[in-house]
Amino acid sequence: MDSIFVLEQLLNGLGYGLMLFLLAAGLSLVFGIMDTMNLAHGSLYMAGAYLAAQAHAAGAGFATAVLAAVAVTVAIAFLLELAIVRRLYARDHLAQVIATFGIILIADDVVKAIWGPSPVMAAMPAALAGPVQLLPELPYPAYRLLLIGVGLVVALGLYLLVSHTRIGMLVRAGASNRGMAELMGVRVGRVFSFVFVLGAALAALAGALMGPISAVQIGMGEAILIPALVVIVIGGIGSVRGAFVAALLVGLVDTAGRAFLPPALRAVLPPALAAELGAALAGIAMYVLMAAVLILKPAGLFPARG
Amino acid sequence: MSRFDAAPSAVPAADLAPLAARLLPWVLLGLLAAFPLLAPVFGLEYWLGFVRRLLIVMIAAASLNFLLGYGGMAALGHAGVIGVGAYTVVALVDAGVGSAWLAWGAALAVSALAAAAIGALSLRTRGVYFLMITLAFAQMLYYLAVSLSTYGGDDGYGLYTPLALGAGVDTGDEAVFFWVVLAIAAAVFALFSRVAASRFGHALMGIRDNETRMSALGYPVFRLKLAAFAGAGALAGLAGALLASHNAFVSPSLMHWTESATLLVMVVLGGLGRRWGAPLGVAVWLVLAELLKLHTEYWHGPLGLLLIAVVFLAPRGLAGLLARRRRTA
Repeated sequence: MDSIFVLEQLLNGLGYGLMLFLLAAGLSLVFGIMDTMNLAHGSLYMAGAYLAAQAHAAGAGFATAVLAAVAVTVAIAFLLELAIVRRLYARDHLAQVIATFGIILIADDVVKAIWGPSPVMAAMPAALAGPVQLLPELPYPAYRLLLIGVGLVVALGLYLLVSHTRIGMLVRAGASNRGMAELMGVRVGRVFSFVFVLGAALAALAGALMGPISAVQIGMGEAILIPALVVIVIGGIGSVRGAFVAALLVGLVDTAGRAFLPPALRAVLPPALAAELGAALAGIAMYVLMAAVLILKPAGLFPARG
Repeated sequence: MSRFDAAPSAVPAADLAPLAARLLPWVLLGLLAAFPLLAPVFGLEYWLGFVRRLLIVMIAAASLNFLLGYGGMAALGHAGVIGVGAYTVVALVDAGVGSAWLAWGAALAVSALAAAAIGALSLRTRGVYFLMITLAFAQMLYYLAVSLSTYGGDDGYGLYTPLALGAGVDTGDEAVFFWVVLAIAAAVFALFSRVAASRFGHALMGIRDNETRMSALGYPVFRLKLAAFAGAGALAGLAGALLASHNAFVSPSLMHWTESATLLVMVVLGGLGRRWGAPLGVAVWLVLAELLKLHTEYWHGPLGLLLIAVVFLAPRGLAGLLARRRRTA
C-alpha cells in the first residue's frame, strides 16, 4: 500500500462524496424546509442517468446530453410536485414515505417500459476517456477529475446561492423556522416548489454524471438513496453545509473502507478470515459512522433547527 | 368508541354487528384451519404454501404494527431482526440441531437480545433519525450475513432436512406445518391484542402521544420503549425462523432494506395501530402482487398507484376505511 495508491483512493472517495453531495443537498433541503421525506429523489437520479445516456447515444454532445437530461428531469419534477408532492407537505412522514415509495414503484415500471429491464450502456465522452498524468506516477481517469471539478463548482454555487442571495435567505429562513418565515410574509409555497425543482436538477446532474462510471439500471435510484439518506442524517437534516461535510466523510469512509481495510486486515489476520471480515467491515463502515454520530449527536453534526 | 355509540339505541340489528365482528376472527380461523384439507379438493395446492407465507409475514407485520402503531416507533430495520431469527435457525441446523421447537425458541431469544441491544442504542433518537439508525443496524446485519461464508454468504444456505415438530412429523409435511404456523400466528395475534389492551400497552400509547407527559407522570419511558422494541423484535425473529423453515433456504436478501420498507408499507396500507391493520395490509399487498405477477411483468406500477391512492383517499389505511364505513352505515 504505497502513497500513490492512497492518493488515488482519496480522489475516488472525493469524487463519490461530491456526487453524494449533489443528491443529498436536494434531499436535505426538501426535508429541512418542507419537512417532507422524499424517497423518490433516487428516481429523479435514475431519470437523469437514463435520459443523459439516451441523449448521448442519440448523437448529442456529452455536455448537451447532461443539460438536456437535467432539463427534462426538472420538468418531470415540476409536474410531480404539482400533482403529488405538494399535497404531501402537510402530512406526516409516514404518509410521505408511503406515497413516495409508490412513486418509486411507478418510476421503475415506467423506465422498464421505455428502456427495457436490462441495464443501459452509458458511454463516456471520447475526449475524457483517457487518463491524466496528475503526478509522474499517478495517472488518473480524466472523467473522474471532471466529476470532482463539477462537484466542487456546484457545491460552491450552492453555497453562494444559499448563503448570499435573497432566495437563499428565504430558503434558510424556511428551514430554520417555517412558521415564523410564513408570518414574516415569505411565500413559503413558492420557495418549496423552487427547492424541490432545484433538488431534482442536482439529482439529475448526479445521475447523468454517474451514468458512465456506474450501471444505468432499474433500482440504481434505490441503491444510491440509502447512502444519500445516511449523508443527510449525519450532516443534520436541512443543513447544506452539514450535507457537504457528511457527503465527503461518507465518500471517503466508504471508499477507504473498501480499499484499505482488506489489506490492513490481511496483515494481522489469517487470509480467509481477513477476506470475510474485510468485506463485511467495508460494507458497514458508512453505517457504523452514522450510528456513532447519532449516538453521540442525535440530531446530526450540524442541526439546522435548534 | 362505536361500542358506546351503539349502547343507547339497543335495537337488535345494532347488536348483530358487534356479534358478527366478534365471530369473524373465529370463522376466519376455522376457514384457514380447514384450508389444507380443502385445497386439494379445489386444486389450490399451490396456494397452500402461499397462504402459509402470508401467515408468517403477518406475524412480522403484526410485530411492526405493535411497535409503530402503538409505540410510535418508526423502525426501518425490521428485516434485520427477521434475518437474525432466520440465521439463528441456520446456525443451529448447521450445528446439528433437528428440533423445530428448540430452533424457533432460540431464534425468539437471540432476536430479542439483538433487538434489545439495537434498541438500547437507537432509542435515544427520534423520528426520522430513529428510522435511519434502525436502518443502519439492519444494514450492518445484512453485510454481516453476506460475509458469513460458513453459512453460504451471498448465495444463502439451504435447509435440506426439515425440522422435527415431534410425534414423528416435521416441517416437510405441508399441511401439518401449515397448522403449526396458523396456531403460532393466531397466538401471536391474540398476544398483541391482549398486550395492546394491557397497562403496558396503554402506557406505550401514552408515550406515543406525549412522551414528556408520561415521563412526568413517573413512567419509566425508556425502559417501556425498550421492552416493546425487544418484544416486537423477538416475534419478528420468530417470523424469520418460520420463514427459514418455510423456504427451506435463508439468504441475506431476506434482510435487504427494501424488505423492511415493504413491511412498513404493508402495515401502513392496512391501517396503523389497528388490530386488523397488519393482517389486512399483508393480505391485500401480497395477494395483489401475486395476482399481478401472474398477468404482467409490470406489477410494481399498479401497487405504487395503490399506495398513492391509499395515502390520499384512506389516510388511516384500509382497516380505517372499513371502520369508517361501518360507523356511517
